[in-house]
Amino acid sequence: MASPSSVIAPGIDRGTAWFWEGVAAHRLLLQRCASCGTLRGQALPMCASCQSLEWDTQEASGRGTVHTWLVSQHPSDPGEGRIVALIDLEEGLRIVSNIVDAEPSDVAIGAPVELTFRTYGDVTLHQFVLAGS
Amino acid sequence: MSTTKSAIAGIGQTEFSKDSGRSELQLAVEAVHAALQDAGLRPADVDGMVTFVQDTNDEVAICRSIGIPELRWTSRTPFGGAGASATVQLAAAAVDSGMAECVVVYRAFNERSGRRFGQPVVGGPRPAAAIPPSMSWYLPFGLDTPAKFYALWYQRYLHQYGVTNEDLGRYVVIARQYAATNPNAWFYQRPITIDDHQASRWIAEPVLRKLDCCQESDGGVALVITSRERARDLAQPPVWIHAASESHLAAGDTMFNYFHPDIAGFPEAESLGQHLWKATGLSPSDIGVALLYENFSPVVFLMLEAFGFCGRGEAKDFIASGEISPGGSLPTNTHGGLLGEAYIHGVNNFLEGVRQLRGTAPNQVAGVEHVLVSAGRSAAILTAG
Repeated sequence: MASPSSVIAPGIDRGTAWFWEGVAAHRLLLQRCASCGTLRGQALPMCASCQSLEWDTQEASGRGTVHTWLVSQHPSDPGEGRIVALIDLEEGLRIVSNIVDAEPSDVAIGAPVELTFRTYGDVTLHQFVLAGS
Repeated sequence: MSTTKSAIAGIGQTEFSKDSGRSELQLAVEAVHAALQDAGLRPADVDGMVTFVQDTNDEVAICRSIGIPELRWTSRTPFGGAGASATVQLAAAAVDSGMAECVVVYRAFNERSGRRFGQPVVGGPRPAAAIPPSMSWYLPFGLDTPAKFYALWYQRYLHQYGVTNEDLGRYVVIARQYAATNPNAWFYQRPITIDDHQASRWIAEPVLRKLDCCQESDGGVALVITSRERARDLAQPPVWIHAASESHLAAGDTMFNYFHPDIAGFPEAESLGQHLWKATGLSPSDIGVALLYENFSPVVFLMLEAFGFCGRGEAKDFIASGEISPGGSLPTNTHGGLLGEAYIHGVNNFLEGVRQLRGTAPNQVAGVEHVLVSAGRSAAILTAG
């Protein structure tokens, strides 16, 4: 499917800058509690398991599987025709991304995927390709 | 335990249209005034107001216009349409606690001729300069409309239980059948066939076609809520807010839940069901009419299963066998739902629930004692009396 020439840029604040700086450097960083080691998604200030405010990051292996997906078709979307997917990361977190270099007919729930990075205009995003493709 | 001592004493609305030709404030004022007239109350009797965070109408502006001298209780529910039933819960909480005696719930907007909810969150072909960090996990990847936000979730359900888009269409045909005989519905006298459904274009392939999506509507609705005791002395037969609850699970996000371990269901609605059945001692078989907030057709399937009207994965057969159709065991969205009647953010479902319990609905179901009004993350059980 066609690649978009530009995408909506993420809005970034003090709580999420570390994540997007990682993506810009082609690293998918996962937030990890420095106290108990529990991983958490979506950049949150406190560990829900042990209530620690201390955290560091762990780089994702980049391996995952498709939990669910759809074709993004709204005509106003600069990436019209993009495949949007919810990815189960090997580490146990789920993350929204796109599957690139694939047709919808190639995509299936449960399919293994691998991390890649793409830059659209001046925005870099974490993306996935079908494993082995 | 989430049961209440409050009742819905009045309902009011404007016409439902695609272009109201007047301000959102006027829609709100007309709806609130109609609800007070229905209840047989005067503006001066109102001392509380509840609406959605998203509603543009200022409480005090409505008071100034209608002649309500003073409010002692206001509250607003977040979470968009998922909070539709929470408005009633907030009003009942105020009345039960004594913080207010008579609370008006309102929701009014020009959601078709003004800001359309079906349009992208940030519009146009150009990248937005800045979007909220919390939405940045979704928007850059192309999830920029409700249809897409929700379809990503529904797709997992369709996959897990072998539900097809044609199965979804069978619900849509039923909703439009009810709407066709409801003069209040936008799609009055305009039923569709399954072929019409299957010929409508994809909105979020391979999950949602155009006819799977709720309408965008202009209109206003209002409810008057007071104590059961007082309601018995008013103009209409009271409708008891038997029980009401919200459920917002930590795995969820603002509008949807991508992160719960099992998203081939509706975890919040399942929790609501368990809670409300326990609170009331009722069971699914006691419900005469179900009014299930359907921004998109699949959510009806998810809610039928979550509340235990059928088992997981069985909704397509439950619907296909006529259980939610006229004459079925659980007539559902008997006004045509948000697909067929109008999208007044789900509060119009309460008006239909009240009509069914008063015995005045266009598609009246015989012998209804209990109605479930569910917005997915908030729900209420209404009972006659």
